This record gives sequence, C-alpha cells and structure tokens, in this order.
Amino acid sequence: MIFLRQLLFPLIAVIAAFIVGGILILLIGDNPIEAYRLLLGSALSWPDGIGYTLFYATPLIFTGLAVLVAFRCGLLNIGAEGQLYVGAFATAWVGISLAGMSAWFLVPLCFLAAIVAGGAWGAIPGILKARFGSHEVINTIMLNFIAVALCSYFTQYHYKNPGPIMETTAIGSGAHVARLGKFIPGLPERIPVNLAFLIALLCCLLVYLFLWRTKWGYELRATGSNPSAAEYGGISIRKQIIIAMTISGSLAGMVGINEVLGYRYRYYDGFSDNYGFTGIAVALLGRNHPVGVIVAALLFAVLQRGGIHVDGFSEYVTKDIVQVLQGTIILFVAAEAFFSGSFSKFGLLKRAKV
Amino acid sequence: MGELLTVALFWSTIRTSTPLILAALGGMFSERAGVINIALEGMMLAGAFTAAAVTHAVGNPIVGLAAGMAAGALVGAIHAVACITYKADQVVTGTAINIIMIGMPAFLSGAFFLSSGSTPQIPKDNLLPWAPIYIAFALVPIAWYVLYKTPFGLRLRSVGENPEAADAAGVSVSRMQYAGVLLSGALAGIGGAYLSIGQSSLFTRNMTSGRGFIALAALIFGKWRPVQTLLACLLFGFTEAVSTQMQGVMKLPSGADIPVQFVHMVPYLLTIIVLAGFIGSSRPPQALGIPYQKER
Repeated sequence: MIFLRQLLFPLIAVIAAFIVGGILILLIGDNPIEAYRLLLGSALSWPDGIGYTLFYATPLIFTGLAVLVAFRCGLLNIGAEGQLYVGAFATAWVGISLAGMSAWFLVPLCFLAAIVAGGAWGAIPGILKARFGSHEVINTIMLNFIAVALCSYFTQYHYKNPGPIMETTAIGSGAHVARLGKFIPGLPERIPVNLAFLIALLCCLLVYLFLWRTKWGYELRATGSNPSAAEYGGISIRKQIIIAMTISGSLAGMVGINEVLGYRYRYYDGFSDNYGFTGIAVALLGRNHPVGVIVAALLFAVLQRGGIHVDGFSEYVTKDIVQVLQGTIILFVAAEAFFSGSFSKFGLLKRAKV
Repeated sequence: MGELLTVALFWSTIRTSTPLILAALGGMFSERAGVINIALEGMMLAGAFTAAAVTHAVGNPIVGLAAGMAAGALVGAIHAVACITYKADQVVTGTAINIIMIGMPAFLSGAFFLSSGSTPQIPKDNLLPWAPIYIAFALVPIAWYVLYKTPFGLRLRSVGENPEAADAAGVSVSRMQYAGVLLSGALAGIGGAYLSIGQSSLFTRNMTSGRGFIALAALIFGKWRPVQTLLACLLFGFTEAVSTQMQGVMKLPSGADIPVQFVHMVPYLLTIIVLAGFIGSSRPPQALGIPYQKER
C-alpha cells in the first residue's frame, strides 16, 4: 500500500507532463498520439530499441544515484555534470597513459580513476560548504563550467587526436569494457550497451545497503532529515556533508566507465547530453530511492531513444520535445503541492501524501 | 595597432557585458526578494528565441524586443507560480525551466521554420544593436534607485531578509516575490533578445551558452548590489572579450597561445573564491531560498 502511494504521485507528474507536451504538439499542428507512439514505441523493439534504451539509461542511473546520495544528506548536487566530465576524462587519461598494460590491471585502474576523480571534484563543493558555509548549489554550477573548460583544455592541448573533432587519442584496448552483446545472443555488439549497465545496477544495490543498512548511511540520512538533531546526537554535520558530496561525485564520475571504456574508447569533448541535470529529474521522479532511480532512468532513456525516431518520422515534432517533457516532469514533481494540496518543506523526501 | 586593439576591446567588453548586466540585474530583483533564480539561463533563451521569431514575423525589432521581454516574464511567471504559490524547491524548479528552455525554442523552430533549432536570418536593418546596450546601462542607476530609494524596493528587500517581519508589517510577501521574479524574467528576456537581434541576427540552439549562469555569478560576485554587480558584469564581459579578441594576438612569454579555456574559467573561479569569503564577504539575502509559509 505504501509502495502504491509512492508510485502514484510520480505517475501523475509524468502523465501531466505528457498532457502538456500533447497540447504543445497539437498547437504546432501535429498529431500527439502518433508522436507519442513513435516516442515510446521505438524503445520496445529488439534488439536496437531495448539495447539503446539500456545504454542511455546507464549514465542516468549513475547521475540519479549521485543526486540521491547528496539529497539524502540535505544537499542539492547540481554538479553531477561537471563531476562526470572529470571522471570521464580521468578514466580516458589512465586508459591512454597506460595503454600497453594488461586488462587485469588497466580496467580496475581506469575504474578507480573515474571514481576518484569524480569524487574529488564532488568533494570540493562539500569542503567549501563544510569549511566556509558557501552554498553547494552555486559552487557546483561554477565547478561544472570549470570542469568542462579544464577537460576541453587537456583534450585540445595535450591529448588531442589529430583531425577536426575535439576528442582524445584512443585508450588502450586493455581498458575496453565488454559490450553486453558479447554475452547475450541476438544482441549485436554494435549496440553500445556494456557492462557499465550492470555496474550501475550494482551501484543501486550498494547505495541502498550503504544508506539503509550501515551506521554511516544512517548518519548521513540523519544529517539530511534533521541536521540539528543529528549534531546533538554526536554526528559531525561537516564531515557528513563532505562524505555525501564525495560519494555523490564518485557515482557521477562512473558515467565515464560507460562513455569512455564501454562506448567511444576515448574522451569526446562535450559528450554529455545533460546527464547531470537529467540525474536531478531521475532522482526526484524516483523519489530518491535506488529502485525508483532505476525506473525513472529507464523512462528517460526510453524518451531519449524515442526522440531520435520522432525526429526522423514525424513532420513537425523534433527530438527537442524530449527535453520539454523531461523539464515539465521535474517541474510537476517539484511542485508536488500543485497536485497534493499539502506541502512540507522537504515534501520531496518524505512519503507521498496523495 | 595597440590603440586599435584597446578600442576594439573596449567596445567588445561593452557588448559582451550587456546581456550579463540585464540578466544579473533581473536576478537581483528576484534574489533580493528571497527567490533563488538559477533559471536566468532559460529566461534568456526564451527572450532570445521570441525576439528573433517575432522580429522575423513582424519585421519590427522594437516589437521583437518587447515580445522577448514578455517571453522572459512568462517564464518568470512559471518559476513564480511553482516556487511561490506551490512552494516548490527553487533550485529544482530553476533547473527544470532551464531544461525545458533548451528544448522549447528548438522544438518551436523545428515546427515553424522547419529548421534544426534556429530561426531564419533577420535583415540588418531590422536589428537593434544599440538600444539594449542603452537600456542595460541606464537600468543600473534605475535599479539602484528603485531598490534603495522607493517603498517598493524597501518592501522587496525586507521580504528577502525577513519575510515574517515584512508580513507582520502588512507587506504581501507573495506579491513582492511575484514582482521580483517577473521583473527578473523581463530583464533576462531583454538580455536574451540582445543576443539574437542585437549582437547576432538570428536565434541559434542554446545561444546563451551559459551566460545566464555567468550573470548569476556576477550577481553573487557583486554581492547582490546593483553597482557592484555592474562592475562584476564588466569584469566578466571583459574576460569574454579578451578570450575572443585576443585569440592568437596575446602570447605567453614562452610564445605559446593563452588557452582560451583558462580565460573562460575566470568568472566561475572568482565566484567560488568570493563566496568562500576570501575577498570580503558575500552575504546572500537572509531568507534566500526558503519558501515563505504564512502563519495561521
């Protein structure tokens, strides 16, 4: 019953967003039902639809988890975008620098690079907040731009692949992460969904166990739900803020595993399709629970996959409708009171009161 | 050569600062009323697209500018309804608006102009290269006067600092916040319009490319005050002008180019530093970001 109530509100938000989108499509003189059929239906085909949907879902699970961990500590990490760039570049850097190494050492080192670099980039706003009290939202926005500029600098001036494209040289083949097509019959290996998807699912389990089954996770959540009570109970809020932002950044950094080690085998400048920001939507729609994150990430991945089809097959509707839908879903989830009529400050974190 | 470059750099700084000044002053009205506005980027995009589309359709840039302003205010209204009436998280709402506004102009251009996200070219005679610059610089003293010398400004600031007290004194908190957010949308809309029908001659996909966030940075760097914010905008505009004008002209002592990426980082780094309190202290309005719940 509680589960159903948890489900109800996000469902209403999604439906409401689709209605708004449908009205927009009508206004520009196209057929919303046909557009939505293209948008949702194309994701269900085998193997391309499902394969690509899982591939698109992978970064969103990582960023959704990143936002979730910070949110549970009462922090809003809108810096996942920067953290994932830094993680991706670091993993590519290790993959390029140690290209000759055997996969047994290289893959773990590349993983470590993504996790550590993303974590370090996430720790910066955590430390700034803990030490100077400056707001993590502003600092993460600023750090996003700095991260993009830094990665672009290193790509352009130090690791550039000759040619017109802003990308690095290729990583060593020992750093490649296997595509799922290698193991699943009928799924061709050209579809880039790779082991990072399974790692993302594993991270959901780990985040769940950490937050709800360990003392550290309890302390982190306690800080988020009632900082003064937590401090009174002997928990160092400053420490929790830094821990939460570091874990959050590490999770975002792991997007690099999917992107660099499993897909392009190099760092590609500006690769992220707003994964960091969509992660906020994924976490909110998933009610800041790991299972919810998986479901929400899949939904957004379906939209992303479908967007390409809409672009190709519909007369007026372009893939940009996907962003409009995603943003509208966040807007409705955020303005929960619009539906429920009741509101508490952190209503997003608590049980649905619908 | 040197003198020519200085003159070019001066005008370039004025041009790059103009959209920042407009958006930052807009952000000031919203944030001084206690409503975080990270949606400046989306408001600018709305203004830029609408101004270009309307100017193209009507053939009159003044109408286009007004339409851009109205579009910005409309986006502001969405932010206001969600954050003030329905007490949604202001940062989350702002993020949502920014995402919607990346898609919406491209979606509409795709439908109306059958393009991949840009509006048709506007003839040179139908552009407004100067008016928004005058508006931006004239608005600084006006904003200062409104904020510090009028009852409206006093009420606006009191709502951002201490909404309970303002409420007790008979000020309608939500009305002041609505005014602040709508104003911020209108000004950011003009800022966006300048990008499409002033500096350029069409709207292109995501043409603000982060200027809304630089404006937010300037607002914080300027400690939420009009004159300091103007100076911050000029500084950030200058760094952008340097990065475009000086490319390949100015060299490091070693003879290598100055990487443009480092110049781009300056505004963001400075904001982090000032926010951490290393250069004086930058104190946000006391009640910034806290939805006001009226006592019953």
